[in-house]
Formats: sequence, C-alpha cells, structure tokens
Amino acid sequence: MKPNEIFKELKVHFGEEITELVENPSSDTYISVKPEKIDEICRFLRDNDAFKFDFLTLLSGLDLKEKLGIVYHLYSMELKHRLVLKTEVPKDSPNLPSLVRVWRTADWHEREAFDMFGINFQGHHNLIRILCPYDWEGYPLRKDYKEPEEYHGNRVPY
Amino acid sequence: MGLLNRLNDPIGLDGIIFGTVEDLLNWGRSKSDWYLQFGLACCAIEFMAVNASHFDMMRYGCIPRSSPRQADFVIISGTVTLKMADRLKRVYEQMAEPKYVIAMGSCANSGGPYWEHGYHVLKGVDRILPVDVYVPGCPPRPEALQEGLILLQKKIRMEEIFRKRKRLAEEDLANQMNYK
Repeated sequence: MKPNEIFKELKVHFGEEITELVENPSSDTYISVKPEKIDEICRFLRDNDAFKFDFLTLLSGLDLKEKLGIVYHLYSMELKHRLVLKTEVPKDSPNLPSLVRVWRTADWHEREAFDMFGINFQGHHNLIRILCPYDWEGYPLRKDYKEPEEYHGNRVPY
Repeated sequence: MGLLNRLNDPIGLDGIIFGTVEDLLNWGRSKSDWYLQFGLACCAIEFMAVNASHFDMMRYGCIPRSSPRQADFVIISGTVTLKMADRLKRVYEQMAEPKYVIAMGSCANSGGPYWEHGYHVLKGVDRILPVDVYVPGCPPRPEALQEGLILLQKKIRMEEIFRKRKRLAEEDLANQMNYK
C-alpha cells in the first residue's frame, strides 16, 4: 500500500488527528500526525488487515528548535510495505503516549529518545536513561545543550 | 642475559650464576605478565588480532585474564566514557600490586576524535590511572601494540622492586596518617 492510500484511510478514521501527507522527492513520504492519540493510531495500523504494520523499525527523536519531533518508521513483514509517521511536541511540555503496549521494540527506543532529548513518553513502564549514567544532567542531543564542566570529579572539557 | 648459554656449558661455571635477586625476579615478572582484558571500542578489534594466531601475544608470556585479581597489567583498548571511567577505576583498584597500564589508541591517550565535542568521553585515561605505556594510533596496528608490550616488559625489567616497595609502604603509612 502506498502512503497516500494509507493517509486517506487514516483520515477517514481519525480525521483531525492526521495533519498532512508530505511528499518529498529526496526522502521518504511521511504522514504528519498530532501526538495526543499516537498510540491509538499505531494500534489501528498494526491491527487493521489492510495495513498489518507488525514491526516498528525505528523510533527517533529530533530537535526542531522550537519543538521536539518524534519519527516512527513502520514496516509490515507480511505485506512488505513501509510507512513513516512524524509528530511534534512542544519543548516545554514534551509529553505524548508511549507505544510500548503496541510494539515492544518501542521500549528501548523510547528510553533512548528520553535520554537524548528529554521526551516524556507517558505510560512507559520503565522510562529511565539507557545510554548516559542515571545521574546525568541535561539532554545531550538538544541543540541548546551545554556540556558539563565536571562529572564525578573528572574534568570534561579537554 | 645469556643464561641458557652458560647453563649448557658444563666446564665453565658448573651451573652457578651470579646475579641479584631483583634481576631474577624482574626477569620472571617481565616474561609472564598476565593482562586484564578491557576492550572498550574499535581498538579492541586490533587487540583481538594481536591475541589471535597471526600475531600470537602468548609467545611473550601474556595470558588473558578476566579477573583483575589475577592480572599484572591492563590494556585499555578504546574510548573511555565518563560512565565507564568510574568502573575502570574500580577494576584497576582491585588489581594486585605491582600493576601496570597500557593505554592503547588515541581515545585512551587523549580522547581521540572526541577531544572537542565529546561531552561523554574522558579525555585521556591518564586522568584517572597512572599510564606506563602509550600506544598511539587510531586504531594502532597490531605491530604497534606489540611494541608497546615489549616496552612495558623492558620497563618491568629495569624496575627497582625493593626500592619501589619501600616507597609504596611509606606512602601507605603517610596515607594512613592522613586518614587519622
């Protein structure tokens, strides 16, 4: 199934939640959605017989200066088609529903996005840092991140 | 030393060798230095190549140990992150004296490619451990690591153990006094 067909189908079921279809010759076509009901949209994409997106290939965070972005790459093992979903959350309250209950893959991916960007996935059962130490301060992949002067008595700058 | 040549000579010295205890101990220590494996990044791949049959590290008397208690020296092969720095220090403290450190590769020497923007990297392992031999390269060739190893063995051979032990004992005493 092509992304524009999926977009039409999603528009019928979720209406306002689905914002736009962005076609770009240099990259994947993606569907931009609102963050509030992302878990329901994804569950629908997984369970509907026309889509059968049974595999979350990738979940990544983005820093878009004013907002934080989250990108989902989905793949269907059975129907061999793929889809890119994008959503945005404001930087001062980066909250959106977790997808752990939909795809278990989301578990560590969401922890990484939380670790690097501070995106708060609500409903995640174990949202703690995965790469940085637990007592690390700040979110390193944000554009406005300042590296610390010292960590556990070790000087950080060269 | 030529010890073996003389042992084979039945007429000359009758199997008697003159030397210092320190020489003999150092000779033994330098030829059977077991190392702690501490592979951290891509340098560990080259390090594995040194271990494997082509370069064959064991012919120098180096046997890999997984426990710090049994190791004489540690090869830090790779990027030491700040998260790992605490663990590395702890592992090093568990090793028995005398102990040595080889820093392998640019990252362990100075932070390497992460020296400027690596918010998470310790810029040189010598900030937390006393390093004996630095092996440059990114990653170093196996030959380079072998040279580093031979340099370490030379260093062990030249060491004044008894004087060092005395100095360490004095430092220990001084530390104890400080704690009180």
